[in-house]
Amino acid sequence: MIWEHFPALIPISLLLGALISAPLGIWKRFVSYPIALTAVGISFTSAIVALIYVLNEGSYSYHLGGWFPPIGIEYVIDPLSSFVVLIVVGVGFFVMIYSHRSLQDELSMKEVQFHAVALLYLAGLSGMVVTGDLFNLYVFLEIASLSAYALVAVGEKRATFSAFRYLMLGTIGASFYLLGLGYLYLVTGSLNMADIAKIIPMLHENTLVAVALALMVVGIGLKMALFPLHLWLPDAYTYAPSVGSAYLAPIGTKVSAYVLIRILFTVFQPHYVEEVFPITTIIVWLSATGIIVGSIMAIAQKELKRMLAYSSVAQIGYIGLGIGLANPLGFIGAVLHILNHAMMKAALFLVSGNLRYRFGSTDISHFNQKMRIAMPWTSAVFAVASLSMIGIPPTAGFFSKWYLVLGSIDSGNWFFVVVIALSSLLNAVYFFRVLEKMYLVRQAEHVSLDADKSFHKEFKVKEAPISMLIPTLIFGAAVIVLGLLNALIVNNIIKIAIPNGL
Amino acid sequence: MPIDVYISTVPFYAVIVSLIAVPFILFSSRIPNLREFWTLAASVIKFLLVFSLVPNALSNRVAEFTFFEISPNISLTLRADPFGVYFALIASGLWILTSLYSIGYVRGLNEHKQTRYFASFAVCLSSTIGVAFAANLLTFIVFYEMLTIATYPLVIHKETPEAISAGRKYLIYTLSAGVALIVAIAWTYNLTGTVEFQYGGLFGTVSLPDETVKILFLLFMAGVGVKAGIMPLHSWLPTAMAAPTPVSALLHAVAVVKSGVFGVVRVVGFVFGPEMMKNYGLNNILFVFAGFTIILASLLALREDNLKRRLAYSTIGHLSYIVLGVALLSPDGVTGGVMHLAAHATMKITLFFCAGAIYVSLHKENVSELDGIGKIMPWTMGAFTIGAIGLAGIPPINGFVSKFYIGAGAIESHDYFALVILLVSGLLNAAYLFPIIVRAYFKESNNQQFKSEANLFMVIPIVVTAILSLIFGLAPNLWFRIFDFGTTVAKNILGGIN
Amino acid sequence: MIEQFLGHSAYFFIVILLLIGMYGMLFKKNLIKKLIGMNILQSSIILFYVVSAYKWNATVPVLDPRLGEPIPMQYINPLPHTLMLTAIVVSVATTGVALALIVVLYKRYHTLDEDELLERMK
Repeated sequence: MIWEHFPALIPISLLLGALISAPLGIWKRFVSYPIALTAVGISFTSAIVALIYVLNEGSYSYHLGGWFPPIGIEYVIDPLSSFVVLIVVGVGFFVMIYSHRSLQDELSMKEVQFHAVALLYLAGLSGMVVTGDLFNLYVFLEIASLSAYALVAVGEKRATFSAFRYLMLGTIGASFYLLGLGYLYLVTGSLNMADIAKIIPMLHENTLVAVALALMVVGIGLKMALFPLHLWLPDAYTYAPSVGSAYLAPIGTKVSAYVLIRILFTVFQPHYVEEVFPITTIIVWLSATGIIVGSIMAIAQKELKRMLAYSSVAQIGYIGLGIGLANPLGFIGAVLHILNHAMMKAALFLVSGNLRYRFGSTDISHFNQKMRIAMPWTSAVFAVASLSMIGIPPTAGFFSKWYLVLGSIDSGNWFFVVVIALSSLLNAVYFFRVLEKMYLVRQAEHVSLDADKSFHKEFKVKEAPISMLIPTLIFGAAVIVLGLLNALIVNNIIKIAIPNGL
Repeated sequence: MPIDVYISTVPFYAVIVSLIAVPFILFSSRIPNLREFWTLAASVIKFLLVFSLVPNALSNRVAEFTFFEISPNISLTLRADPFGVYFALIASGLWILTSLYSIGYVRGLNEHKQTRYFASFAVCLSSTIGVAFAANLLTFIVFYEMLTIATYPLVIHKETPEAISAGRKYLIYTLSAGVALIVAIAWTYNLTGTVEFQYGGLFGTVSLPDETVKILFLLFMAGVGVKAGIMPLHSWLPTAMAAPTPVSALLHAVAVVKSGVFGVVRVVGFVFGPEMMKNYGLNNILFVFAGFTIILASLLALREDNLKRRLAYSTIGHLSYIVLGVALLSPDGVTGGVMHLAAHATMKITLFFCAGAIYVSLHKENVSELDGIGKIMPWTMGAFTIGAIGLAGIPPINGFVSKFYIGAGAIESHDYFALVILLVSGLLNAAYLFPIIVRAYFKESNNQQFKSEANLFMVIPIVVTAILSLIFGLAPNLWFRIFDFGTTVAKNILGGIN
Repeated sequence: MIEQFLGHSAYFFIVILLLIGMYGMLFKKNLIKKLIGMNILQSSIILFYVVSAYKWNATVPVLDPRLGEPIPMQYINPLPHTLMLTAIVVSVATTGVALALIVVLYKRYHTLDEDELLERMK
């Protein structure tokens, strides 16, 4: 039955979609989008099936090509991976719906290629999540990264250069990971995560294991934009096309965060990373610094997407903080924040895409009441997502912070409590600054019309087209619904996924 | 004390009814009459729902409604205990009057964005009732923060630079407070594993180091104290007077600030509990802050010429009366404090309504401009006089009754210093309110304006609140049984000691 | 000490290669030089895998009379080498993407110098 293959179906339907939609799309443009959407749809359905299956039947290991692990590659569908992969393809699905109109506006004539690249990107990310093999993970990582460079590069003028920088740093990250994996293979002789996990406890004294861990964490940290390895992120997010940022920001770095969780807690296991080689301590302090620095930098930005990019740096810090705390509540906070932040950032970047679609610019200094009057729904989603970023209950953002605060108190480190509290207030500063402009600043009376034409194509400004508006609204609603229902997710999924020994 | 809990959806409907009204208000923005009908309908239904809970609450039969689990082991629960019903009754009752008054006010001034105004108001009320009925700290903060956010559009309603900067200040204060409260709640959860409000305090027998309890208490107080206007956390309140007068009236005399005070009492009575308050000397900390606030706020009120700002400082002072009464931790003190919650609400809303009426018909905001106004607006100034007398604590207005009980409580617990504070502040109250009355009645008006009272929508609520103040001063137990509520709540809170 | 060095001499060269590569990527101003640095970095890692799996006097794990008597101790683990085939493909693909970006940049700004590019992009 085909449903036995559902773990493989998640990345493979995306890969196949990319392979089919590109040539057919070049032959007849209009067929590429339905094919791409179908591919993501199949993947999305499989991910839902996978999650339901795991919750009912327990974890599931799929042996690729029938080779049993550790000889062959296995795909592991457990509560954590099925949860994260559902986030990845779920966000991918709705952004794909959204992308149709937005691409016609920003990148007309390039949609076919863009859809294919986006599919590859999603395939890479979902592969990274489901695979149980560290080298296979590297391959998927590179698939995702290479397509991410392309997603950035097609943007406006500076995008090409940002993409080049992103490529350089991304390659360094991937190389570090590969090098670390080499060391790990030297000492363990295995590439399978579960297999290595059995061997590591026997090698606690081995320095090479520590070197391997350090290299892999640096490599993944770069991909995840963990402070201070975040330097590629702001430019990449800012100059990518709206849809590109909407693909990158919500899920790109989150999957790397997931990989970090896997490496630390599944492969090396809590005892090693906390006590033998306390790398989590380093991660938690770097993350705390990143939260503050990212928030402060976000305040200083004049452009909406750039502000959101720096806020992403801070939000990654939350996830890193939760991981680094290495206690159950911190873990819940981190994993929940992977979900919540994906929803919030997707909503915010789609809003910025809507604004760009109608106004041609997302420069904060140009914001005024006109936006709210013309686009009430988009503005409302922005307001809700902002409140969630600040952490106002009962939105989703509040609850990730709630668990992180509980985790910090549990670990007895009050500094992190202060950091989280402070960052909430900093978030409030930069989001209310935008909200104030959007809702309160009256339109300037006599703007010279020829001075800034791009901004003034607004003579018939109205709400974004329905195919863009609905995904935006879905993410906006998700922010509230997931906030209210977080206990459901925490109890049924995340709690089961808490690794042993944490 | 036997507490009988029964499952009921009434608290849920009481919270939700004004939220349901919001979309109706938004979608009928083009038909003002219909829009205002929704507001009034929601407010009346809400009041009746809350009122239906009164008999059960007073016999300690508590209605409870649980939505769902909101965090592992913590659910979003509404519980209509006597104190919650009492506060909800005040807020929803005065909402009806404020709605009427608002209609007169915004139409009288031709305000812009009336739809946003009424919609935000409805959300505020839902949040306030949610705060009143919250059964645990997490539910409490959910509604508490909702209230913060829903009030923001009202504070900046005028959209002038002044209003916007007031809004910023408001947000800085309240959001910081929210963060402090979150940390305090998380810490409590970490220490005790529960966040449920309990009679006698939720800490139970957990023994804790002295500093931990004190820091935790201060965090809680920072969290709820900002809205309660306890000095030095008060300064957003006078600034927020940039809002339209009905907002000041309901929110800054009843809903928002009272939610803060309500939170203080909840924390004192149901989180820490009287025993813990006494054992760790927390009541003394609270007492010092409250006493300080009462005196200083009254002094600051003296030098304000802007009528609304003067009333704002008066509000700050009177909020601390309530805190003071509760900090005494004696039966009469708590009764008095709780009664003052209602007394101050009716009196202060009267004064704010008057200030708004004066602004609408004469466009005057400053005390120094009010010469001879008593002849131009006899009803308004009559009501103002009743409110002012009550605030100074002179019988037969309800301010006297609650103050009397606070005083009795002070004697009961031998805190004679509290008596001094009450006396001095009573004089100061008279000193900043009576000159207004003197100006209004005994000085000649210098400008020849013959525009008389504001429209009926405004005058009727003013007269009603003034009469309520008078009636509850003469018969505190009439209709809403404020006195019974006071004693029941006092018993609930102090059950552990007495 | 000397033996330690001689026994692992290959690794020292790999580390030097890696550092050269990193230096080129991070500090060279010319984009092509950066790209070359990237290739050196990737090659060093590929070499690392290849060297780590190398064994003196050993052979492939294939049963063939021409290779002599099969001695499992003398087998080379072929896995790292095959993994590197994938890594080489990845590196070629990365180089391809990078070159494409460089071509676009050059067409648009007629320079490959990083500072100048930043200047012209303003």
